[in-house]
Amino acid sequence: MQQKQYNTIVVGVAFSPNIQANVFEALRMSEIFNASLVMVHVGEKTSEKEAALTKIIASFESTPPDFRVFLRSGNPVEVLLNACASEHADLLILGAVKREGLLKYYLGSVARKITRNAPCDVLLLIKPSVNRVACASGVVNGLAHPKTEEAIDRAFYVLSSLGAQKLTIVEEIPEDSVAIKVDDDRSLRKSTIAKERIKLRENSRVQLLLNDIPEKIKETLEVIVQPIFGRRGYSIGHYARVSRADLLVMNAPSKLTLWDRLFPHDLEYILSDLPTDVLIVR
Amino acid sequence: MYKRSVFSGLRSNVFAGFVVSLIAMPLALGLAIASGFPPIAGIIASVVGGVVVAILGGSHVTITGPGNGLVVVLLGAVTVLGEGDMQAGYLYALAAVILSGVLLLLFGFLRFGSLSDFFPATAIQGMLSAIGITILLKQLYVMFGDLETKGAALDLFLGLPSLITSLFTEGTTGQWYAAGIGIVSLLIMVFYSKIRNRFFHLVPAPMWVVLLALGFDAYFSFIGGGNPINKALLISLPENLLAGVPTPNFSKWNQPAFWGVVVSITLISSIESLLSIKAVDKLDPQKRRSNTNKDMKALGLATIVSGFLGGMNVVTVIARSSVNVNNQANNRSANFFHAAFLFIMVLVFQDQLRRIPLTSLAAILVYTGYKLAAPAIFVRMYQIGKEQLLVFLTTLISTLLTDLITGILIGLFATFIVHVLLNKAFWLFSRNLLKPNVLMYKENETQNYYVGIIHFCTFLNFYKLKSKLDKIPQNERAVVDFSLCSFVDHTVQESLQNYEELFDRKGGALEIIGLDIHETDSSHPFAVRTLRPLKKLRVFGGGRTKRQLHLEALAHEKGWVYKEAAAAQKRMLRDHPVYQTTSVEQVYNLIEGPNKRLSLFDINYSEGAFIAKENVQTTLLRVQLDRQIPVFSFDRELLLEKLSHLAGIHDIDFPNYPEFSRDFYVQGDNPQRIRAFFDAEMASFFSAYGFYHIMSNGRELIVRQFLRPATPAEAAAMIEFGLALKEKIDG
Repeated sequence: MQQKQYNTIVVGVAFSPNIQANVFEALRMSEIFNASLVMVHVGEKTSEKEAALTKIIASFESTPPDFRVFLRSGNPVEVLLNACASEHADLLILGAVKREGLLKYYLGSVARKITRNAPCDVLLLIKPSVNRVACASGVVNGLAHPKTEEAIDRAFYVLSSLGAQKLTIVEEIPEDSVAIKVDDDRSLRKSTIAKERIKLRENSRVQLLLNDIPEKIKETLEVIVQPIFGRRGYSIGHYARVSRADLLVMNAPSKLTLWDRLFPHDLEYILSDLPTDVLIVR
Repeated sequence: MYKRSVFSGLRSNVFAGFVVSLIAMPLALGLAIASGFPPIAGIIASVVGGVVVAILGGSHVTITGPGNGLVVVLLGAVTVLGEGDMQAGYLYALAAVILSGVLLLLFGFLRFGSLSDFFPATAIQGMLSAIGITILLKQLYVMFGDLETKGAALDLFLGLPSLITSLFTEGTTGQWYAAGIGIVSLLIMVFYSKIRNRFFHLVPAPMWVVLLALGFDAYFSFIGGGNPINKALLISLPENLLAGVPTPNFSKWNQPAFWGVVVSITLISSIESLLSIKAVDKLDPQKRRSNTNKDMKALGLATIVSGFLGGMNVVTVIARSSVNVNNQANNRSANFFHAAFLFIMVLVFQDQLRRIPLTSLAAILVYTGYKLAAPAIFVRMYQIGKEQLLVFLTTLISTLLTDLITGILIGLFATFIVHVLLNKAFWLFSRNLLKPNVLMYKENETQNYYVGIIHFCTFLNFYKLKSKLDKIPQNERAVVDFSLCSFVDHTVQESLQNYEELFDRKGGALEIIGLDIHETDSSHPFAVRTLRPLKKLRVFGGGRTKRQLHLEALAHEKGWVYKEAAAAQKRMLRDHPVYQTTSVEQVYNLIEGPNKRLSLFDINYSEGAFIAKENVQTTLLRVQLDRQIPVFSFDRELLLEKLSHLAGIHDIDFPNYPEFSRDFYVQGDNPQRIRAFFDAEMASFFSAYGFYHIMSNGRELIVRQFLRPATPAEAAAMIEFGLALKEKIDG
């Protein structure tokens, strides 16, 4: 399979207290992936803003790579989505909002809309940092889903580029795939055996996917496979949090309807309560 | 793993069923009378329940029959629905009983087995205590021979002084006799567990009460003149017990009050049954897990049948079940035999039953009511936390002032408000209530089950955690991590305690982590509390007693360690067959010898539950051995007789030493090895210390002298004996 490369990265920039950290993270990404960077700010084009941005970029630790700055007014969602399309972006970087006073991060409504409709991969950063913080481990979903192969592929690419050491592939298995209801010791024994069987099957499915990853990339990472019986989309987020992962890689869901937003599932659990930095693969 | 047939251990189940039926009979009669039902209704519920649940139930050693929790609501149903006419009220109440059976059956099919987990533990406790107080007050009047006074709990309480004065001023001789029997009966109930006599304990306390009443009657018919107690105060049974099934009256089906009764009965009976099943699972020596949904269906069906025959609701009852377990019942057939014996007893002894005064049955119920609302419960609530006491009292008082459903709902609401106030954050609950919050997986490296919880975990969402925990085999290790969870309430803590015990019993382990961080981290925005009531040992405040000083001196003399309060290990006695159904509550004044191989400690342990609970405080000596010896018990008075009920245990004769054989009871599973162990030297050594009760499980010995704590001198002697014993065996 042809390894996908990030050639163009778009980042949304807002003049918030976090601006320096956000810009630095974006510059770092473009450096790491050797990609050109497009900074998009939605708002009126003023000379002060341009000056401020140039000043921040100038203070970056190394010479900034190839980059451009767009200042445009309009609907933020449309502006950013159009920028992604017109620049043929491969990756869009957005910052998350920290709920005041709490240790929780969530995505604002604008960022959510963009995430749902972006034509490219989206990276959501919860803790952008001015100084570089190394990325040590990642978690990727291993669902039985046509897009999973691509997600795993991308996780290897991004994590090995970031210099991570560990990748955990989490297979979320819906609880109702085990038909046996646990009532007493006997049914518990049966359901435990059934679960072991499903785990073996899922593990071999993931192993097949792993066979397609080039050896050179696989060597750099320690790969762990972890089956979890639980709610899809929810369990992996909780797992990423518990395992202190630095990056969570997820498939974008095939299609979102109003129903999905009312009754959150898959991605929506994670968007409403970001456990860590999240990369959504499209 | 091998399967036991229904008939294995038939003998012990028949015996257990018989003993339980002795308790069940007076309880069934008393509960029925207290509920405003005819006395026979309780017997019907027991018999039907015993038969149906024994055949279809999903639990193993539980006993079913009329429950004490229902007394208040059933009596309310009879009075309210009958509008003053008790007989009409009874027929309406029967219809409500049948419909509640249908609801229970439905609950079973809908897998609502965990209904009681949706209510805060403290609120349930408050409601049960309110029921207890109501029973206690109402029956106190009956116990003093007053059948007339009715009213709310508060009026009854305020009327107590005039009740006693009127007994002296207006009471007839008959009433005096009846009240006298009632008071003596109550004394029997209270002091039964305090009297430690083997022969006294052959008959359960409620049966002594009945025997007392019958003896009284026999005495008066012997001296002539007949029973001085007036007819109204004696049990009335129909002339022909097998005829005349009443017809339930469903005509009030369109009245809200009727459905209120149905819902209350269903709620209380399912809560009482589930709590009992949970408690009995912890007593089951074979450590099986009950299928609560299946049991629920069986109870529902039994209730329907019982209702059509004119009986009360069938629920799982804790006191009778715990007596069942203590008499070595090992499967559901014991429940069946209890029903069968009860049936036969009632048919054969119906004449005798008619001579039992209501006052003695009331005494049994007064004691039951007291147990539900004992001061110890209030103290425990206070120990867990002031806010728990607040919730408890709120529920208790509002239940007394209104009704059960309103009471428990107020309790639920109060708990929630307390939680919000403690956290100063409503959003924590409102925002996260519907979100999933539990993650469970089997760790690849350690093969442990990891259970992580985020947001909050209280009675509101405990069912999510519970459904995950139930899927973990209990012989494995599980780690429950609360470090990402902002708030954990008392209900969850208590249930987890229960899980810890279940895992522990099956050889697994459930460990809770992440709560200690919260406790110490006071800067954390959410005041998170860890309520671990059982960890709280009694405070040994204000200096040590003389005895403790002596014990400490004794330890120092030997150069050993003395600890005032030691962590109680729940399973420390469980390896010993005799003690396997006990639950260790406290270990204190521990003296530990060389390399911790020898220890002497005071211990509180209990056997059974609820009114059949017996607390024992004693001093035990534990000697850990270096070599393997046979499993045996050595005893002069057969106080460790329980062992003889266990399968494969024999009394062992020693033909070579007839005197030793005559004076002592030695029991064990392997006569040859035991005979080899007791050679001439060992036999004479053991004879010299014949006043000790010694129990070996092969690797360690537990030595006991009295069923009370030992004096310092006795303790010193025990230690010397322990050293000599270890020397003798290990060489």
